[in-house]
Amino acid sequence: MSHGFDTMASYMPSGAPLPAPAPDGLDAAFWEGTRNHRLLVQRCKACGTFQFGPEWICHRCRSPQIGWHECSGRGKVYAFERVWHPVHSALRERVPYLIVLIELPDAGNVRMIGNLLGDPQQNVQIGDEVEVAWEDHEDVTLTQWRLVAGK
Amino acid sequence: MTDYSIKDKVTIVGIGETRYYKAGQAPVSEFQLALEAIQKAVADAGLRIEDVDGFASYSDDRNDPTRLAGALGIPQIQFSNMHWGGGGGGMAGAVGNAAAAIVAGYAKHVVAFRALAQGQFGRFGQGHAGARVRGAQAYTAPYGLMSPAQMFAMRTQRFMYEHNISQEALAGIALASYKHAQRNPRAIMYGRPLTREAYDNSRWIVEPFHLFDCCQENDGSAAVVLTTTERARDLPHKPVYLMAAAQGSGYRQWVTAHNDPDYATSNFKTLAPRLFGMAGITPQDVDVAQIYENFTGGVLMSIVEHGFCTADEAEAFCTRGNLEWPEGNLPINTSGGNLAEAYMHGLELVLEGVRQLRGDSTCQVKDARVCLVAAGPMVSPVSNLLLRN
Ligand SMILES: [Zn+2]
Repeated sequence: MSHGFDTMASYMPSGAPLPAPAPDGLDAAFWEGTRNHRLLVQRCKACGTFQFGPEWICHRCRSPQIGWHECSGRGKVYAFERVWHPVHSALRERVPYLIVLIELPDAGNVRMIGNLLGDPQQNVQIGDEVEVAWEDHEDVTLTQWRLVAGK
Repeated sequence: MTDYSIKDKVTIVGIGETRYYKAGQAPVSEFQLALEAIQKAVADAGLRIEDVDGFASYSDDRNDPTRLAGALGIPQIQFSNMHWGGGGGGMAGAVGNAAAAIVAGYAKHVVAFRALAQGQFGRFGQGHAGARVRGAQAYTAPYGLMSPAQMFAMRTQRFMYEHNISQEALAGIALASYKHAQRNPRAIMYGRPLTREAYDNSRWIVEPFHLFDCCQENDGSAAVVLTTTERARDLPHKPVYLMAAAQGSGYRQWVTAHNDPDYATSNFKTLAPRLFGMAGITPQDVDVAQIYENFTGGVLMSIVEHGFCTADEAEAFCTRGNLEWPEGNLPINTSGGNLAEAYMHGLELVLEGVRQLRGDSTCQVKDARVCLVAAGPMVSPVSNLLLRN
């Protein structure tokens, strides 16, 4: 979903941790991608293998020639969990919330963690279809997910 | 043919532990706890402190061998070893490393130990994320995935989905540990039995883990002493032989953002065949098992991956008292384990394995000959042991 500017309130309250690019530059392209509402994962230029999180070389053929592949933004729920006990002071009033592990069938089934937008008590099933939703913060953008209606 | 295996060449000859405390309640420092457990283990072995010549630990234990040796007046250190990995994944690995050092001739009397004082140093179950997180944490913590319970519930949920396993199996594992703790005066949960109703009514930490699916956090220390099987013949206790030890991890386990190709696993699939192969026995030969409960879901997967049942049989295997002493087919965590005895990052499970094989457990399995100890589950690396008498 690189099109469509989809702004929303953040899923987590302010004070929750926010990501920053790694100091060694390994995931700079990924975070720059989310900033531009493009979902990028690594793809080996030599053998075509997808990988996420980023690595310096391809785990299959060890080539250092790694490119970035733009995903469609469609995925499937691989696993999920509803959190009731907050372990971070900023989340004390936020529970329950839903964390999902999403697999991306158009990118070698690599997976990403996110939150499932909407009612935290909604019925979720493994295999449910989702699409990415961009959560813009001042200097970084998170990848969130929502169920695809009428699946 | 040269036999490179450690099988039966090393014996656990001494065990020792401090009193166990609720997290933050130890009246002395972590280092003092370590000193006490080590001295008790050496005394139990019938050895002198001066005999100790090596130390092995795990999980970045803060009590390093140089300081221990200085405080204890140990004449020389010949082996000091830290097993990589957090939590309890290296618990059996530390014992295995001690054994390897003895077989290699580096040292003769090696102590494997763990000490924890969380009031002094902070707790494990909390999120420690700062305002900005980088690297692997950047893909999880902003979404509220920070604690061990949250990391492992996701894997457990997937495993239960793949094999159609209900909450019953997790409850069965928790109830077994609590039942066994009621006979063990050392256990933090001694005198605090858990009913099925209380389990069901306990709050969710993160689905599918209720409060009672999660390990405690405790203060204390535990230690074991290992030496050669030849030397052990002169020492007071019935020998407990190390039949086999394994450590390691499967293919790309714990790559970032939960991308392990084989996700819903305790990570014992590659270790268990090596362990049983070294020992030359099968899972059917195991009389009692001590399986690290960080969370019940990891025990469930460990039982399957050590070959005690298939995943599709796992719910039946873990319920109806099958894991409970004395009637169950595979009593597990017979001291109460991490859930109900104490969370010494699992080292208390090695001590309990030794007790079973000496005939000293408070839930003594009749004629116990072989005990499995499994450390870690769902982390990387994991480790395991087979002990026999
Ligand atoms: Zn490649």
